[in-house]
Amino acid sequence: MRVALFLTCVNDTLYPDTGRAVVKLLTRLGVEVDFPMAQTCCGQAHYNTGYRHEAEPLARHFSDVFGEYEAIVTPSGSCGAMVRELYPRMGERARAEGRGDTLAATLAPVVPKTYELTEFLVDVLGVTDVGAYYPHTVTYHPTCHGLRSLGLGDRPRRLLQAVKGLELRELPGADECCGFGGTFAVKNPDVSAAMGADKVHNAESTGAEVLCAADNSCLMHIGGTMARLETRMRPVHIAEILAGTEEEPSA
Amino acid sequence: MSGGTFVGMPAFPKAAHEAVNNPTLRGNLRHATHTIRAKRAVAVAELDDWAALREAGKQIKDHTLRHLDRYLVQLEESVTAAGGIVHWAADADEANRIVADLVKMTGESEVVKVKSMATQEIGLNEALEAEGIHAYETDLAELIVQLGKDRPSHILVPAIHRNRGEIRDIFAREMGEWGRPAPEGLTDTPAELAEAARLHLRDKFLRAKVGISGANFMVAETGTLMVVESEGNGRMCLTLPETLISVVGIEKIVPTWQDLEVFLQTLPRSSTAERMNPYTSMWTGTTDADGPQTFHLVLIDNGRTDTLADEVGRQALRCIRCSACLNVCPVYERAGGHAYGSVYPGPIGAILSPQLRGTASEIDASLPYASSLCGACYEVCPVAIDIPEVLVHLRERIAEGGQATREGNKVVLKPAKGHAAERAAMRAARWAFSHPGALRTGQRLASRTRRFHPRSLPGPGKAWSDTRDLPTVPAEPFRDWWQRTHGGKDTDK
Ligand code: SF4
Repeated sequence: MRVALFLTCVNDTLYPDTGRAVVKLLTRLGVEVDFPMAQTCCGQAHYNTGYRHEAEPLARHFSDVFGEYEAIVTPSGSCGAMVRELYPRMGERARAEGRGDTLAATLAPVVPKTYELTEFLVDVLGVTDVGAYYPHTVTYHPTCHGLRSLGLGDRPRRLLQAVKGLELRELPGADECCGFGGTFAVKNPDVSAAMGADKVHNAESTGAEVLCAADNSCLMHIGGTMARLETRMRPVHIAEILAGTEEEPSA
Repeated sequence: MSGGTFVGMPAFPKAAHEAVNNPTLRGNLRHATHTIRAKRAVAVAELDDWAALREAGKQIKDHTLRHLDRYLVQLEESVTAAGGIVHWAADADEANRIVADLVKMTGESEVVKVKSMATQEIGLNEALEAEGIHAYETDLAELIVQLGKDRPSHILVPAIHRNRGEIRDIFAREMGEWGRPAPEGLTDTPAELAEAARLHLRDKFLRAKVGISGANFMVAETGTLMVVESEGNGRMCLTLPETLISVVGIEKIVPTWQDLEVFLQTLPRSSTAERMNPYTSMWTGTTDADGPQTFHLVLIDNGRTDTLADEVGRQALRCIRCSACLNVCPVYERAGGHAYGSVYPGPIGAILSPQLRGTASEIDASLPYASSLCGACYEVCPVAIDIPEVLVHLRERIAEGGQATREGNKVVLKPAKGHAAERAAMRAARWAFSHPGALRTGQRLASRTRRFHPRSLPGPGKAWSDTRDLPTVPAEPFRDWWQRTHGGKDTDK
């Protein structure tokens, strides 16, 4: 099977290790990975901040770049949700505004083919044990868009539970938002920081070494808060955990 | 006086700043919302047809809103046939004038009120006060708010921001000013506080000739109004006075009596986590020698038909004011209800107020951003209002401007002030993202200059870096690594 990796602009620019981990993991599982070099951004930040008209060309660009592939895999719950949940809505809005079906028709092909990484592993490849090794205590934070927009359910936790050496600790208040929310973190810094601090304190109470999530945007916020609060914990993307093996361990 | 209206509130982030830094308030809110949130989840899980009830509630409300004109006419006919008098108010001023005139016609200068958000929305107490009429709140939490010269901060528990000690102090200090004083040596045990309120209110109930109420539902078919409550004060207000004036928003209609079976299951479970609310009072017009002999229904629009004209935003009118969205909202939990600058706080307030009042003021323009779009509110809402969808829709109106309806007229709104820099940044980002080559150049530049990157940001970004460390830019963006190792073609467009 050949899939396109949609890494997302945040991961490409700031978290290349996550991208390398996805490539390593999928290759190990016998998937042929391509990274279309023309990819950029799904338009989520534009859309959610209220700039739908700036987001539309980005959605069209996304469809141009990825339309041909059999499957599109992304290690980001929120960008996955943008394509799957909000692209159809953008198409509907354009129709309602009398702009015809063109946008909907352009975006339609990529919608059902886009998978968040853990979804792709469990639903498409049908694996929960990916042969990973990670000798650390880990607590898992289900990010809001993964949890509620994509409905990832217990897929990420099942994957983590199958990792050799990994001890999973339940996170109190797991389904509460970490407070990132894209531009929310900048527009409402006090509330955002208070939410982040509570998330970090809950994570610390588990005694785990690592807080794991399937979205680097949330991890950036949580990690930045951890650094500022001087905790011993560190944020790690789930792909990096799943990519590690006894021969080639992840940090 | 119930402590003034919400006019002149600062924008949400500023108002929230104080709440976030008030440990007592945060403690009160956290405790209260987490308790009710957990109970609600249990009460909802008991019903195996919850999803179907939620869908039914949504459908009934959507159908009603689609044919609102027809059902309003039907309601007026059935209320009139039952001996009531219907009044129509386009806005707050008109509604307040109608009510004040109705009270004056009775010759009374005191009224008792049972919890009505609509009257809070229009600032009725203040308007009556200006005409020399004293309005006494009889719902326990509303009483606390009124005696404390405070503002409500929650839909269901308006005094949620107060703890028992604070309530004791308010009762001991204020009750004497308003009527029967609090008993000597009042402590902060719930039973004593409730007894003090009961004694204080009993005087008012027995004296009042005029009652003012809201309604949770109005049945078009029969002309029946309904209030659900936990304390029983409502039925005193609804039955003892000679004149009853009900002030209700036009969206509170359901077509038939049978439709109530859905909401009488979803409302109590969502709001108080009860299978059924303790008191359900219904009244239909007037009955000879029983209950109020004069009944007025004041139907208020106050921005509702404008909201109805908006295809995305109108779903906010489905709201049955259960307050479940407040109790799960992480932003409400930290910012408190007052920060929302309206009688409708929390997620529903963030989408309702800027539609009812428009987005012209600073506070209304800031409300659609008072959310991290986490979606917890949508998940719990018993009428499935997609609050995040409406928030983004309103953000668009503020950031980009566009069509809206104000006072029945289609208007084209200009983008709100203060968004120029953001708009430029969004455009620049879109441009770069539409040109992968430009994006790549930017990434490389960032990588090469990474040693010089500041650990804090200038301008609006400072708020971020004040409380969180920024990530370090990696030496090599992914796409460069990919090209180096997999020889990907550079397909710049
Ligand atoms: S929006 Fe939904 S959850 Fe919130 S108060 Fe209204 S009905 Fe309840």
